Amino acid sequence: MSLVGARVVRKEDPNLISGRGQFVDDVKIAGTAHMVFVRSIEAHAQIKAIDVSAALECEGVIGVWTAENLELAPLPGVPGLERPTLAKEKVRFVGEAIAVVVAENSYAAADGAELVFVEYEPLGVVTSVNEAMADNAPLLYEAIGSNVVMEVPSPDEHQEIIDAAPHSVSMHIVNNRCAPAPMEPLVCLADYGPSGLTLWASFQAPHHLRNTVSSWLGIAQDQCRVITPDVGGGFGAKVNFTPELFIAPTLSKLLGRPIKYTQTRSECMTEMYHGRAQEQDVDIAFDDEGKILALRVMVYQDQGGYADPTGMGLPALTTTMAAGCYMIPNVSVAWKNIVTNTTPVAAYRGAGRPEASYLIERAIDQIAYSLEIDPVEVRRRNYIPTENFPYATHSEIAVYDSGNFAGCMDELLNIMDYDAIRDEQEKNREDPGKPLLGVGFASWLEIAGFGPPGSLEGFGHLGSWESVQVRIQPDGSAIIYTGASPHGQGTVTTFAQIASDYLGIEFDKISVRHGDTATIPQGIGTLGSRAVAVGGEGVKTASVKIVERAKQVAAHLLEANPEDLTVEDGNFSVKGTPAQTVSWAEVAWTSFRPLEIPEEMEPGSLDTTVLQQVPNFSFPSGAYGCVVEIDKETGDTRVRDMYLVDDCGTVISPMLAEGQVHGGVAQGIAQALYEEVKYDENGQPTTGTFVDYLIPAAPELPTFTSGRISTPTPNNTLGAKGIGESGSVGAPPAVINAVVDALRHLDVTHVDMPATPQKIWRILQGGAK
Amino acid sequence: MIPAKFDYKPASSAEEAIALLAEYGDEAKIIAGGHSLLPLMKLRLANPEVLIDIGGINDLSFIEDKGDHIAVGALTRHRLVEQSDLLKEHIPLLAHTAGHVGDPQVRNRGTIGGSLCHGDPASDLPAVVLATRASLLITGPNGERKVEADDFFTDFWETAVAEDELLTEIQFPKFTGQEWSFQKFNRRAQDWAIVGCALQHSDNPGIGMINMGTTPVRASAAEAALKSGEANSDVADLADDGLSPPSDIHGQEDYRRHLSRVLLGRALDNS
Repeated sequence: MSLVGARVVRKEDPNLISGRGQFVDDVKIAGTAHMVFVRSIEAHAQIKAIDVSAALECEGVIGVWTAENLELAPLPGVPGLERPTLAKEKVRFVGEAIAVVVAENSYAAADGAELVFVEYEPLGVVTSVNEAMADNAPLLYEAIGSNVVMEVPSPDEHQEIIDAAPHSVSMHIVNNRCAPAPMEPLVCLADYGPSGLTLWASFQAPHHLRNTVSSWLGIAQDQCRVITPDVGGGFGAKVNFTPELFIAPTLSKLLGRPIKYTQTRSECMTEMYHGRAQEQDVDIAFDDEGKILALRVMVYQDQGGYADPTGMGLPALTTTMAAGCYMIPNVSVAWKNIVTNTTPVAAYRGAGRPEASYLIERAIDQIAYSLEIDPVEVRRRNYIPTENFPYATHSEIAVYDSGNFAGCMDELLNIMDYDAIRDEQEKNREDPGKPLLGVGFASWLEIAGFGPPGSLEGFGHLGSWESVQVRIQPDGSAIIYTGASPHGQGTVTTFAQIASDYLGIEFDKISVRHGDTATIPQGIGTLGSRAVAVGGEGVKTASVKIVERAKQVAAHLLEANPEDLTVEDGNFSVKGTPAQTVSWAEVAWTSFRPLEIPEEMEPGSLDTTVLQQVPNFSFPSGAYGCVVEIDKETGDTRVRDMYLVDDCGTVISPMLAEGQVHGGVAQGIAQALYEEVKYDENGQPTTGTFVDYLIPAAPELPTFTSGRISTPTPNNTLGAKGIGESGSVGAPPAVINAVVDALRHLDVTHVDMPATPQKIWRILQGGAK
Repeated sequence: MIPAKFDYKPASSAEEAIALLAEYGDEAKIIAGGHSLLPLMKLRLANPEVLIDIGGINDLSFIEDKGDHIAVGALTRHRLVEQSDLLKEHIPLLAHTAGHVGDPQVRNRGTIGGSLCHGDPASDLPAVVLATRASLLITGPNGERKVEADDFFTDFWETAVAEDELLTEIQFPKFTGQEWSFQKFNRRAQDWAIVGCALQHSDNPGIGMINMGTTPVRASAAEAALKSGEANSDVADLADDGLSPPSDIHGQEDYRRHLSRVLLGRALDNS
C-alpha cells in the first residue's frame, strides 16, 4: 500500500503532546549566563549618552556592552544599508538593540537592563511610506539622501493601451503590516568553548545560520555547530538575521561561558521582522466583456528601519505574481523600497505573494462592479486555459508549470451553494433582524517550491537545492537526514511516508532527523513552501538510488538478477516467484559485511546523499469562497463560511495538507479582519501586546469546507507543489471581496484591511465609500 | 516578561493579611488569582516590593444564602460563581456574566474580589455590581465597613479599598424581578469588552456599563427613564448620557457611544 496520500498520524505528536519536545529554552547547560537587551524607546533619535554604571552595580550582573565597548561587525545584510549589530550613534525604530546586559540569571539581567540609562536626542519620525517619501521628510540615512533606498521604475509602455481601453479602474490599496508572532519567540543559546561554537537557535535554516555566523565570527565552519531542535513556528520570520544570533556567540567567546537569550513576547512584537506592509497603485484596463487588456502595478514596500535582503526582494515577488491566474496581454510593474522608523520587514508566510493575489483578485472584482458581471464569470473569462501550460508570464522569473484554474472554480461551486447564498443575501438586506451577507471569491495562485538554481541565492542562501541523506541501518531500518529543517510542518511524517514508499521499508522503521549541522549534510531550510517539492523529491531520489544498490545485495543473496527483483513491505522478492524472498533486514545486515556482498560493491553502500535540484518553481493554486455576515447596527464582521479548493498537485499527507490550509487561512482571515501592527505619530507601537494585536482563535473562525483538485507539477517526479503558504495567499482577497460584496448596495468598491467593525460601521453610516 | 524583585508573604487568614498590610504599607500589594496584577508586574508597570498572597485563605471563598441577599466571598473563583446554583437562582446576571470573563483558565484562577479591586472600567463584573446594587464589605485594622457599589469605584483602577484594607465579601441583594441581560461587544471571545452592558430590570432597575468611562459606571439617565416606564428605544438612547467613553485603538468615542445604545437596546429587548 502506498503511504503517499495516506492519512497517517504524525510521528512528531507523541513527543509534543506529552511534554517531551525539546525547544531551545529547554536546553540547560551548567554555567550558563543570560543576556537581556536594552532596546530603544525612541523611533528615531541620536544616542547622546549611555550610562551603564548603575546596571554594573546590580547584583548578579556580569557586564554591560554597547557599540562603544564591543567591537561588532554589522549584521550581514544589504550592502550600503548595513544594520549595526548594536545601535551606533543613532536608532531607527522602537525596539532596536542599544546595549546588552549579561547576568548570572535572566532575572538579574532584566533588572540590570532597567538600570541602563540612554540619553536620546529625538529626530523627526516617519512611520509610513507616504510620510517617508514626502518632501523634506526626515531621513533615516543622511548619506543616501532619500528614504527610497531602491527603485525599479516602470517602462510605462502601456499608458496608451490603458488610455484607449473601453474601461479602466484605478485603486490605491494597503496591504496591512502584520507581526508573525510564532508561539515560540526567538531563543538562542551559544556555547563557545575551546573546541568551537555550538549555537542552539529557534531558526528555520540551520546551515544558513551556521555558515553566516561562522564567517561573521571568522571561525571555520567545521568548528561551528548550529542546532535547531523543536522550533515553535517561524512563519518566515526565523530565516532572517537579527542581532541576538551574533551577539550571543560573541559574548560566549568573550566570557568563556554559555550565553542564553530568551526573547519576551513584548520584544518579539517589535524586534522580530514584520510582514506585508505594502501600499499599491493598481490600474486595470478591460473591454466590454470584462477581458483584461492591461494591468499596471506600482508597489511601495515599507522596509522598516533597516533593509533586509528578503524584505528588499518582496516587491519582486509581488510584481512577478501580479497577474495571478489570468491571461493579461500587457503587464507593467514598478516598485520602490522605502525605509521608515518602524520594525524591519521581511518574510512572513507568503512573503510578497499574498500581496499579489490580493491586488489582482481585488482588481477582478472591480471589473465585476464596473460591468455588473458576476465576479465568478469575470474570472472565467480571463483564466489561463489548461492547455496553455507551461505559461510564460510578463516576468522572467515566473513560467507557470501547470494548473486548472477553471477546474478549481468548478469544484468550489460544487461544494458551495452559490445561488442559495445570493438568495439569502437579497432577503437579509430587507430584513432588519438579519445581518448583511457578502460572498467573495479568490482564484489565487502563488509561486512556491523555491527553487530552481538562483532562486534563493539572491536572498543570501548557498543554493536552492535541498540535501537529503538516506542511511540504511544494519537491522534494515532507515534514517533520513534532511536539510529542510522543519518548524512545525510535520516533515518527519511526510518524509517518512515518501521514504517508505520508495525504499519498501515500513513507516515505523523510518526516522527523520534534522536541525543539526554536525550530523546533517549541508542543507538550505524550510521556507518558500519548498520542503516537500524540493526536499521530499530528494527523499525519493535518494531512496531510489539506495534500492538499486540494495537489489544488488539481495540478488546476490537470492542468486537472481537485480532487474528481476521487487521490494515491498520490508522484503525483496523475485518477480513471479514470490517464495524466493529475502528481508530488508538481511540485505541491510549483509551490506555491511565485505565477504558476503558482491565483489564489485563497497561495504556500507546503502548510504547516499543527494543535493536535490528542481528545474522550475511550482505554482500552487486554488479557488476560495467566503461568506461574511455584517451586523447592521455594530458593523461587526464575521466569517460565516469558508469554502476552500486547493490544488497543490500531489498530496503526501492529506491531514497535514488540510492543517496547512487551515492554519494559512486562519492567518489570512486574521489579516483581513483582525491583525494590524500600528504606530502612533511618534513611531511608538500601539499594538505591542496580544490585547491590542488581535490574533483570532478558534471561536472567531468558521468550520472550513474543503475540496481538492490535483494538477501535478512536472518539476518534480512526486508532482507535489507545496502548500505551506497557500491559505495566507488565498484567504485575504476572498474575505475582503465578501466584505465589499456585502456593502455593494451602498456603492462601496473597496475596504482596506483589516475590516474592523468600527470601519464598517462608519461605512454603514455613509462616512466612507 | 520578568517582574522586578519582590518579597512573597503568604497569608493564612484575613487578619494576617491585614497585619501584613499594616507592616508593609504602600510597598505591598495583595495578590489573589493574579490575573490582573501579574501581567502588569511582568510588563514592569506595577513593581510592588511585597506580594501578600491571600490565595490560600479558604475562609474567603464562599457563596451563602443570607435571607435577603447572597454573600459571596472575595476569593471566590469566577468558575464557582459561574456554576453556583444559588447564584443562578437568585442573581442570574452575576452567574451568567462570570461565565464571560476571559477564558476557562482565567475563570479557574481569577477571583471576584480581585477583579473588583482592580477597578478596571473594561472588566465585566464591576458592571454587575453596579447593576445589582451590591454592597461590599471591606476589612481593615479598625474592623469592617460596608460600602455601596456606587461608592466603590473611585477613579481609574482605584477603589474605596484603602492601602491597609482588604475586600472580604460582596453582598448581592436577591433579584426579585424577571428580566436581566448581559451584553458584551468584543472582537475575540477572550477579550475585554469594547463596550458592554449589564442590566437588571426590577422596580429599581440597574444598568452597569463596561468601558464607558474612567471607572465602571452606571447609566443613570437610562435607569431613570426605565424606572419611569419609557419605551425601550428611548431608554437605549440614553445609554451614554452623561458618560465619557474613551477613545483608543479598539474604538473611538463616537463608536463606543453608538455601541452602548445598541447594546442597551438589545439588553432591553432580550431581557
